[in-house]
Amino acid sequence: MTLPLLIYRSLRQHALSTIVTAGSIALACGLLMCVWMVKTQSQAAFTQTTAGFDAVLGARGSKLQLVLNAIFHLEASPGNLPYADYEMIKRHPAMKTAIPIAVGDNLRGYRLVGTVPELFESVEYAPGKKYALEPGGRVFAPDAKEAVAGSFAAERLGLKTGDTFHPFHGLAFDEKNQHAETYTVTGVLKPTNTPVDRVIWIPLKGLQTMSGHDPKAATDVSAVLLQLRAPTAGFMLDMMYNKQGNRLTFAYPVGAIIAELFQKISWFDRVLALVAYLVALVAAGSVLASIYNSMSARRRDLAILRALGAKRRTIFGAVVAEAACIGALGAAAGFAVYFALFAGVARIIRTQTGVVLDVFAPHPVLWICPLAMIALCALGGMVPAFKAYRTPVAETLAPVS
Amino acid sequence: MLAVADLKKSFLSPEGGRVEIVRVPAFTLAAGGQQALRGESGSGKTTFLHLIAGILAADAGRVEIDGAEMTALSEPKRDRLRAEKLGYIFQTFNLLQGYTVLENVVLGMSFGPGADRPRARELLGRVGLGHRLDHFPHQLSTGQQQRVAVARALANRPKLVLADEPTGNLDRKHARESLALIREVCRENGAALLLVSHDEATLAEFEGVRDFKEINSAAG
Repeated sequence: MTLPLLIYRSLRQHALSTIVTAGSIALACGLLMCVWMVKTQSQAAFTQTTAGFDAVLGARGSKLQLVLNAIFHLEASPGNLPYADYEMIKRHPAMKTAIPIAVGDNLRGYRLVGTVPELFESVEYAPGKKYALEPGGRVFAPDAKEAVAGSFAAERLGLKTGDTFHPFHGLAFDEKNQHAETYTVTGVLKPTNTPVDRVIWIPLKGLQTMSGHDPKAATDVSAVLLQLRAPTAGFMLDMMYNKQGNRLTFAYPVGAIIAELFQKISWFDRVLALVAYLVALVAAGSVLASIYNSMSARRRDLAILRALGAKRRTIFGAVVAEAACIGALGAAAGFAVYFALFAGVARIIRTQTGVVLDVFAPHPVLWICPLAMIALCALGGMVPAFKAYRTPVAETLAPVS
Repeated sequence: MLAVADLKKSFLSPEGGRVEIVRVPAFTLAAGGQQALRGESGSGKTTFLHLIAGILAADAGRVEIDGAEMTALSEPKRDRLRAEKLGYIFQTFNLLQGYTVLENVVLGMSFGPGADRPRARELLGRVGLGHRLDHFPHQLSTGQQQRVAVARALANRPKLVLADEPTGNLDRKHARESLALIREVCRENGAALLLVSHDEATLAEFEGVRDFKEINSAAG
């Protein structure tokens, strides 16, 4: 009862500094958890987001650009490849599935991607998960001016089955570049939490022959998404296209290419982590400073407690425990900061890439960080605790006779 | 109950030398006895009480309380003995300002035999503060604060109560009432009382008042 009472009353007596200090710890703790969770989750999400494909075949260029363009629907296409290349790789015995895509148009900033209905009928975008349409919808016919909207794009654009729209030319929205064709939405995809949700899918032919597009490229495709029968085929095709050939790029395996990207920007992670660690150190330092500065005002109380029989180690323990309590309060509030920050970051990432991060996903950092913060605060509390430990009782109680 | 022998304490002076403040060859107080010591300001009375309470370490000599030799104990054991067998009433009361009246008393108990809220309530009721348990010291009058200090000093059923100018901050009427209360509550609880004061009106309430100078032969 003694220790909790001592801590409670001390925190109450110094309520303002308690709140300010706990607030700085909450910021530090929330920031640390957020940086860590966004980093690990986005890395995992991006490297695991393959849309169910093992490889991408595209025009000669960067593998990363090819994957970002074909799987994540980011970046510009590195170029087109003739339809014959698609047909050739489709017939390759090592090929399980080959889906052509074509890009080049948008609807108010959301990409239009031309493809074949087979994508929605036979491809599993994740193990055991096939694309599904919201009730009342159907996949577009390959020769019709029809579209299937990804869930996120449909939500943002307010599209529903039966709606019509005019596409805009280019990957970036410019209202002056509207195409004359009218497309009808035949279905909205159920959420997949992948970049597919941000796309409006139309027939391959529709995109190839859109008014204003180069008629010479009317049969070209932007990339071919590939499922292989065996991983060894990937290395064989890598040799064939990348090392022996010089016209096309075979990006394989998709996950490893994205992992390379994260490796390239790992310095940024380290800088962020360093900033977060520094913030945590500053927060722990503020606990030290806050309690240490209040020591002069508390000297008399501490001397009275000692005069009443409190042992030095009781006083020392009370101050350390108080620092740990401030740390615990901060860590608890840190979860609110974490949820708010993470939700904001996750929203931006979803809007930009379609990748969904889960704020409630369990991870050891969510208990390691608060506990480490509490321990760090307790450690910071040891300096003022030592000062409290050494409070001279008789001198502080000042003889008056 | 209390036996002091050859007790010495000196402090470093600003000039660098040592000034002896307390040199008490012998002093005793029987169990349940009440003794007042007269002494001027700066005569070493408070230092003497601090040495008895183990708040200050003596340079030499011995202090024995209820059979336990305070001066021979380690600091943690001195703290324990103080918490269990001593009650201390300070001139300025030394109440913990951030704690309620009840918490001030209970906290004093918790370092000794243990927090006993019913006993704390009973004692506060006995000193007339049963209706002020949740008040903070600054919400009380000086006289009421002093009564809290009395209740706190007696909460652990001490064998010895040390009172350092306990009426120094009170007006005449309240000083008299307060003193009567301290003596009465000590008597009720079987505690010996050692009071030091320079206030003649307070000392007049006691029989056999001794001059501190008589027992303290320190030159300083």
